[in-house]
Parts: sequence; C-alpha cells; structure tokens
Amino acid sequence: MPVLCSSCSEKRAVLKRPKTGHSLCKACFFWAFEEEVHRTIVAAKLFRPGETVGIAASGGKDSTVLAHVMKLLNERHGYGLELMLISVDEGITGYRDDSLETVKRNQQQYELPLKIVSYEELYGWTMDAIVKQVGLKNNCTFCGVFRRQALDRGAIMLKVDKICTGHNADDVAETVLMNILRGDIARLRRCTAISTASEGDGVVPRCKPLKYAYEKEIVLYAYFKKLDYFSTECIYSPNAYRGYARTFLKDLESIRPSSIMDIIHSGENLSVREGVKMPVQGTCSRCGYISSQALCKSCVLLEGLNRGLPKLGIGKHHRLHEKILSQQPLTEQEERKLKSVDF
Amino acid sequence: MCQVEEEYHEQLERVDTPSASKKCVKCKEELAAVVIRAGDAYCRKCFRESFIHKFRAMLGKTRVIFPGEKVLLAVSGGPSSCSMLSQVQEGVSQNAHKKLRFFPGIVYIDEGGALGQCKEMRQKTTSELCDMFRSTGFPFYILPLEQVLDLPGSVLTPSPLSDQPGSAYKAAVDLFLQRGDSSSDGKAEEQECVSLPAVQESHTWLLQQLIGSAQTLTAKQDLLNTLRQHLLVHTARTRGYSKLMQGDSCTRLAVKLLTSISLGRGAQLAQDTGFSDCRYGDVTVVRPMREYSAKEIAYYNHMFKVPSVVIPNLDTKMPDKASIQRLTQSFVTKLQADFHSTVNTIYRTGEKLQTADRGSSAPEDAERCVLCVCGLDTAAEEASALQATLISELLSQSSVPVKPEPPATVGQCCSSERPCGGAEGTDDCCRSSRDHEATDLRSLLCYSCRRTVRDMSSVDRLPQYVLSEAQRRQNRSAMKEQISEFLLDDADEND
Repeated sequence: MPVLCSSCSEKRAVLKRPKTGHSLCKACFFWAFEEEVHRTIVAAKLFRPGETVGIAASGGKDSTVLAHVMKLLNERHGYGLELMLISVDEGITGYRDDSLETVKRNQQQYELPLKIVSYEELYGWTMDAIVKQVGLKNNCTFCGVFRRQALDRGAIMLKVDKICTGHNADDVAETVLMNILRGDIARLRRCTAISTASEGDGVVPRCKPLKYAYEKEIVLYAYFKKLDYFSTECIYSPNAYRGYARTFLKDLESIRPSSIMDIIHSGENLSVREGVKMPVQGTCSRCGYISSQALCKSCVLLEGLNRGLPKLGIGKHHRLHEKILSQQPLTEQEERKLKSVDF
Repeated sequence: MCQVEEEYHEQLERVDTPSASKKCVKCKEELAAVVIRAGDAYCRKCFRESFIHKFRAMLGKTRVIFPGEKVLLAVSGGPSSCSMLSQVQEGVSQNAHKKLRFFPGIVYIDEGGALGQCKEMRQKTTSELCDMFRSTGFPFYILPLEQVLDLPGSVLTPSPLSDQPGSAYKAAVDLFLQRGDSSSDGKAEEQECVSLPAVQESHTWLLQQLIGSAQTLTAKQDLLNTLRQHLLVHTARTRGYSKLMQGDSCTRLAVKLLTSISLGRGAQLAQDTGFSDCRYGDVTVVRPMREYSAKEIAYYNHMFKVPSVVIPNLDTKMPDKASIQRLTQSFVTKLQADFHSTVNTIYRTGEKLQTADRGSSAPEDAERCVLCVCGLDTAAEEASALQATLISELLSQSSVPVKPEPPATVGQCCSSERPCGGAEGTDDCCRSSRDHEATDLRSLLCYSCRRTVRDMSSVDRLPQYVLSEAQRRQNRSAMKEQISEFLLDDADEND
C-alpha cells in the first residue's frame, strides 16, 4: 500500500524530505519549500516594498532556484520588489562560459534584466591567467575575494538596493566549520547572520533567503519543477581546504540529517569573550572599498599579481601595505619570499 | 596554510629532519630524545621538566584551586587521566619543589554494565585499577555506573557556592602558609579500605535498558557522558570535594569542540571545553591537562613508565560513521596529520568563546536544562535556526488533529526496530500517549538534549531522578503561572 503524503493525506507521497524525514507529495513539497523561504524573508525582514533587488546568478542550482522562488514569491505575496539578475564571469574556460549560457536562458525564462560583470574588465585578469601564476592551491582565495567586489560593483552599476545570494543551509554550516578550523573568530561571529550590515556608501547589503533550505531539498525542488541549471564543479576547486569541511559535513548529514541545522543553531549561539581583538571596519586607501586594513584584500592580491609576486596576499603582510601604498620597491628578501609558488 | 593567524617569518625556513645526533633545543647540552613538534627536540630531563612545569603553571595561573581544598580526580584509566594522576602524585609528595597544596582523592566509574561486559572482565579491570590507586596513597572510590539510577534529584540543581570568591586567592594562600604545614598533614585522609562494590543484576539490566532505549550511537554516547558526569558530581558533593579534575587532553578537547558544534551545543561550548565549568555551583569541574596534546602525553607515559589501563568505550572498534563523536575524532586526527596546527587552532578558537548571554549571574532553576544543567538556549527568536526547524515540521504535517488510529503502513514501521523514517515523535507515529510526556520534558531541555531525547524510543527509561526533577519543575512553573499576577518582581528563587 503506498505511503500517503503526511501533509494532505490524500495524494501519494513521491519524496521524503531530507530535512524532517516526512513523506510528501509534489504539490505539498513545493508549497512547504516556498512557504519556508517566505517565512524566512518575513521573519528576518529582508526586503522592503519598492526596493530593487539583485539576484546573484551563477547558473548553478542554488541561484536558479533562488531566481525562480524569488519571482514566484514576489508575485504571490506582493513584495513589491523589482528583481534583476547579476552574474559574474571569472574567465574559467569550460566552466564559466557554459554556466553563463544557462544564466542567459534563465533571463529569457524569467524575463528579468541581466548584467554580466567580468574579472577581465574589472581587474584585467581572468581566473585562467591567475591560476597560471598562482597554482592550484590558493586560487580559490583570489576568486572569492574578486567575486565579492565584482558583485558589489555590478550592483552599483545596476543601482540595486540589495543583493541576494543563493547560499543554502549546507553552505552556512560548512562556513561555520571552516571558520573554526581556521581559527577565524571575527568571521565566526558574522557568518551565520542572514544579511550583512548595511552601512557605508560603497557597500550594498546582501542577504541569503535560502539560508535554512537544505541543499538536497533545493535539488529536489529543481528536479521536480524541471528547472534548467548547470551542474558541474569548478575545475580549479578540488584542492581547496573547504573540501575537507564539506566532506565532514556530508558525513555528518548521513549520520544525522538534522546536524546541518544543529550546526547553524550552534553558530548562531556562539558568543565571543570580551577582550578578544576584533578587526575594525574602515575603507581601503586605494580604491575606497570596505576594508579592515589599510589596503583591501583585492588591492593587495592585484598588486601581487601585477608585480609577479603571487604570494602577496596569502598570509599576513601588514607591514608591507604601507610600502605598497607608497609605491616603494620591496627588498630583495621580501620579493624572494613572495615569489615562491609550489604546484 | 589557510590559517588566518599564520605569520611568515623573516627567512625561508628549511625543514629540519630530526636526527639522533641533534641537541636538545632547551639545554643545548644533552642529546635529544623526543620530538614533540617539528623542530622541537628535547632531552629527557628538559621534556620532563617542561611537562611538569606546564601542569603547575596551568593550576597556578588560573588560581581556581585554593590551598587546603579537597580535589577529586576523575580517572578513567586512560593515558591522559593516569598522567594527570601521576602529576598530582608528584606535586603533592613531600620532596617536591613548591608542593601542591590541595588534598586529592580518586574516583573511577566502572561503565562495564552499560557496555555489556561480563562480570569477570569488570572485576579484572577494577582490581587492576585498585592496585594502581592503592599505591598512590590517596583515598579512592570505585563506583559502578549502575549507582546513577539511585541518585537524588538535587544533582540537577546547582547548589550555591560556599563563600570563596576568586579575588581572595592571594589572601587564602597567605592564610594557609601562616597556619603552617604541620596542620595540613593531619588533615590528609586515611586511605579507605575499599572493597569492590557488588552490583545487582537488576540494576545492570535497568542501565542497559536505559542505554538501549537510545536508538543511535550518538545519542547513546551523549547519554552515557551525561550520566557519568552526574555520578561524578554527586560523588564529589557527598564526600565533601569542592573541585573535580578531569583529564581531557588538547586533542580530546578539540574533538569535543567540533562534536559539540555538530550536536547543537554552541551555546554551552565554553562550559564543555573551558578550563573551569561552574554549572553545578558548589562543585567546579577543572581540566588541567588541556594544553597537552595526546602525543605529548603518550611520550611522557612511555618514557617515564606511567601505568594506564586500556578500557573499551561504546565506540571502540566501530567504523568511522557509526556516531558523530567517532566521525569527528577520525576527521580531526586525519586533518592533524596533514595540517599540523589543526588541533591547536581549534583549541585556541574555543578559548576565545564564552557562554552566551550569561555573565556572572547564574540562571535560575527553571532556565536550566534538566539533563545537562546548562542554561537553556531554546528561545526561538525570529529568524533563527530553531524557528526554521519548527516551521518546517509544522508545514510538513497536516493541520488536521490527530486521527485516533494511525494508518496501517505507518503502524508497521513502528513495530520494527528502527525509528519510523526519522519522524520525531510526531502524530504519524503510534506514540500519541507518550507524546504528551515527551513534549513536556522537551520544554525543560536545551537544544542538543532535546535532540538526544528525540532519538530515544521512550522517555520513561530515563533514571528516576531526572523524571521526578522534571515533574517538580513543571509543577513549580504551573504554580508560578497561577500566581504570576500577584508576584511583584522576579524574586530570587535561590534562597
């Protein structure tokens, strides 16, 4: 005898929710998923009516589902938002150009305006060129830092009020674990926040409406709704340190499916002792972007790339920031240390 | 690499392969005998000195143990706790330089009943340990875990601290020195001639039922830890010990930190892994071995012949994915092999955390978890993970009230051994009668204890003291609700 949906108790259940273990039919699952995102948005007061919201779209499953759900909820509940798609082209052949095609298709399907910003036009470097200089171990640092700024620049060009990204519960849990493994107390406090602080001119606040949605449920949603997305791993990512945290999280999930929410709950309830040194927010002296040091990270990384010193930016080099700012040449010893790259 | 705090030194470092002809880095005279971290080679003497010094420095800088206090050492028989025992033994002995000024006792909890060990095995282990303890000269107590079933409910309520504020440490030391050492010798307890306690079969059976009612190994281990902790605190309390020393090493604490995060114990992290844990009020749990890595302890025990006993645990010989604790342990160990600063970094991160929202004022009875006696962290605020989980559960079920008889298919899966598809005590499971009790208990538990109890097939198996304490608290809160309009302000309940 088939199992009935535990919500409507009429139709046959076609899937089991990874989050709670209940068996649901398609319609009830769609409704539960969308309703949860809606409640997250309302409870956290993410948007105000009349705002322009940029959806960070990469063509992957998270951003495709995010675009779909945002459009649906905007219409269903009357948020009054104007939605746009922002996409970043990192210049990774074989990966990014394929996923950008998916974004362009999404744009036509959802009838949303699209803006693509590329590393090439913003920084003068593509990820392919960066990897040739840096190697395969630290490249994710470059990509992540550059992408953050690229999204902000794209948002400012489009004049949006907020950016929303497709980070899901698995991403947030992974970030909590990774920050503990790296000893990054400052980020540990901030990483479970659903939206970033919204002060400053050059900064567009960003939020994560899918923060409490499991990755598996996002895939289930996309599968049953027959959404079109691009599903390959970045070719440069296999050696990233994050991979360890990800494997650990996947194993945890297989032992106890609720551990993802448990980790997010732990992260939300962490508090730092008084007297622990925290970075202070300021602005970069060169480009004016938000930064806690004299030079923002992307300026430091770019400087390293342009001078042929790829390790400048990996590790701490406060003392060198002043030197870079004032255009002084670095001593030979410093140069030698920064040049060495192991593949 | 990948550590935020990584500093690059001035020169390129060349990795020195340790060789037998290297000199000790400390005294630079003797040949090195042991390499702790890459580049740190010590000779026997310097290693021993630094090991002992670390222990004393730990006790000295935290100033938690007052002179003349009675301190109970919780020894599990494993290398860390036996090392701690030998350190204390050394420190208290008469010919020690600056001898330690407290009075130690030893306690060992025999968990063989929960693990299903046969009686002979348990006798053998306990008599081995008995001989080891007897040779130290301290009073010792060997208790079977079955005694946890007879504990009073007062274990779960923190007793008020007897007047010993931290700032009076210096004054206390001076006072002790003035009274002179002669009085202290008389206070040392005579070693009790303890015969190994007999364990009733029925108690063992009850204990096994209790542990067996937890359906996942994670929940079993969590429950076992909680029960053991209760018994230790109770022993300390009844025998007049105000401090309980546990031998968790740095490695063990790093694993515990990650495990706690994975179990949802972020709010209680500082108490679980910090140096001192004051949740029980009059008995403070201290962890003096927390700066020693497991490797250091192993080397020390081997070189200086510290005896220890191998005692199996619930997750011994289990595969990696058997429980969260086991998985985390293997994850950290493997990561440490590739990235040598992993354990240290995790440990330092833990040091910077504190208990959320609670300053020096201890929360009242009603705001503590019934099982782990930590503050509750289940205020489901707007836009929190807890609220999101509750909403998900709500949306996945029908809003129609529960039908009297559950559908046949779901009924089938309830009679089988494994839990019904992970649906936790909800109405599609034929536990509606016990559901009422389970929900009542849940409101008195913190997030992670709720999760553990959810994995248990029946709440009745919990020991009597937990259930009666829960009942008492519920009665009190019902009383408080009735008279709430007449209470003037939040009167202090801890009178």
